[in-house]
Amino acid sequence: MQSTNGFMKALKCRECGREYPLSATHVCEFDFGPLEVVYDYAAIKKSMTRSAIESRPQTMWRYRELLPVAKEPTVGTQVGFTPLVRAERLAKRLGIRELWIKNDTVNYPTLSFKDRVVSVALSRARELGFTTVACASTGNLANSVAANAAAAGLRSYVFIPSDLEQGKIINSLVYGAQVIAIKGHYDEVNRLCAEIAGKYGWAFVNVNMRPYYAEGSKSMGFEIVEQLGWKIPEHTVVPMASGSLLTKIHKSFQEFIKLGLTEERPYRVHGSQATGCNPISAAQKAGLDFFKPVKPNTIAKSLAIGTPADGFYALKVMRETGASADDVTDPEIREGIKMLAECEGIFAETAGGVTTAVAKKLIASGRIPAKDSAVLCITGNGLKTLDAIAGHTGTAREIRPSLREFEALLSTDEASPAIA
Amino acid sequence: MPVKVRIPTPLRKLTNNEEVVEVKPGTVGEAILELQSRFPGIKERLIDETGEVRRFVNVYVNEEDIRFLQNQATALKDGDEISIIPAIAGG
Repeated sequence: MQSTNGFMKALKCRECGREYPLSATHVCEFDFGPLEVVYDYAAIKKSMTRSAIESRPQTMWRYRELLPVAKEPTVGTQVGFTPLVRAERLAKRLGIRELWIKNDTVNYPTLSFKDRVVSVALSRARELGFTTVACASTGNLANSVAANAAAAGLRSYVFIPSDLEQGKIINSLVYGAQVIAIKGHYDEVNRLCAEIAGKYGWAFVNVNMRPYYAEGSKSMGFEIVEQLGWKIPEHTVVPMASGSLLTKIHKSFQEFIKLGLTEERPYRVHGSQATGCNPISAAQKAGLDFFKPVKPNTIAKSLAIGTPADGFYALKVMRETGASADDVTDPEIREGIKMLAECEGIFAETAGGVTTAVAKKLIASGRIPAKDSAVLCITGNGLKTLDAIAGHTGTAREIRPSLREFEALLSTDEASPAIA
Repeated sequence: MPVKVRIPTPLRKLTNNEEVVEVKPGTVGEAILELQSRFPGIKERLIDETGEVRRFVNVYVNEEDIRFLQNQATALKDGDEISIIPAIAGG
């Protein structure tokens, strides 16, 4: 078994428990429930110790036993192990004792956490013999599939909503990917991709490769625990689009507990959304265990999924860990981006603004107590969504190359209140 | 012109691999019953024990999610198209 499938045993329906072979398939034939990889934890426990992990290269693949590939990974071998930054200035601004930023704005190679999931999905796609890869994307995933496919010599098709930020479109085209812009929002792109996925024999990373793809997100949680000195954070704040990342961060903590790599302790995984697309946070706030789909309208396009596939599970994780969710308006998102940039020198895309602004709300309302410690998962780089913040940052002041003009300008600065 | 139903891959074993099946106009609920009478077993794949559409199944009429319409009471007229699609992950 181990020689052919590594540490994976099967795919299993999360709803009814029926098992399936480890192929490119994502839903249960019986109830359409999502399929998930089952691992051989007994075997993993033997090979995955703290010291073994610490001796390996600083990439997400240092947790290779818990990532669903049969052999050594072949795509994205340098991805992950991004900085976990102690954010003292932002902590002070938000009024919390201890705050950390998990900074995936500098993930390799395409500056978002999606490189984690794509690295797994494409490595697995190659193992299964695919030569063409594809995805439905709100932008970051498209960038990552395009870049990693190019480096691996795979052909790629990426499907995006046509109203995406310029930066995200060019960031896919430059790698030579086939970029298909759909006149519609992400849920419509998704629907179309679900209909084409089965037809062409392609590895659609978030459709038929989803059981493998989604597991890549766990690496963000593994890294957080290791970087905190093998401790699970009291609070983790995670952006929610489909809700998958939140459930996988939770799973990563659970797996580390199960393997004895970290001590069990109470923790909460909180969810953040934009008010213009808040199906999961609205349900959480109303105390419901199901969500109502919405039509997205927000600058946080990377989170604009109105029918979140993992919404039920994200709600369940928040309920079980005693966590909260909230959502923020477009102006609050921009303020969040600026707070993170001004306090920590980290320029995040709109999803990072959502997470920072929601953290502010959760701390202000006591849902994250001021005496506690929290980690914010910042998942993408601000250079990709310049459109969202352009015109809201102030402007460069132009002068002639004259000392007199510069001194005149400086004297007006000195007259105004000092910068904190 | 009848109503066209696009059958997703996981259900095609029940429809003898037919990708598109035609049903009579009426409502989405009636269309599902008609499918069940011709392809026994298909209803329980789509509808849960409480009579609701399963939570991981999305049903669209002319590209609109029926949860934005009248769910199973959504009316179907000649030429309409139904798509049945599993929920898929984000990107």
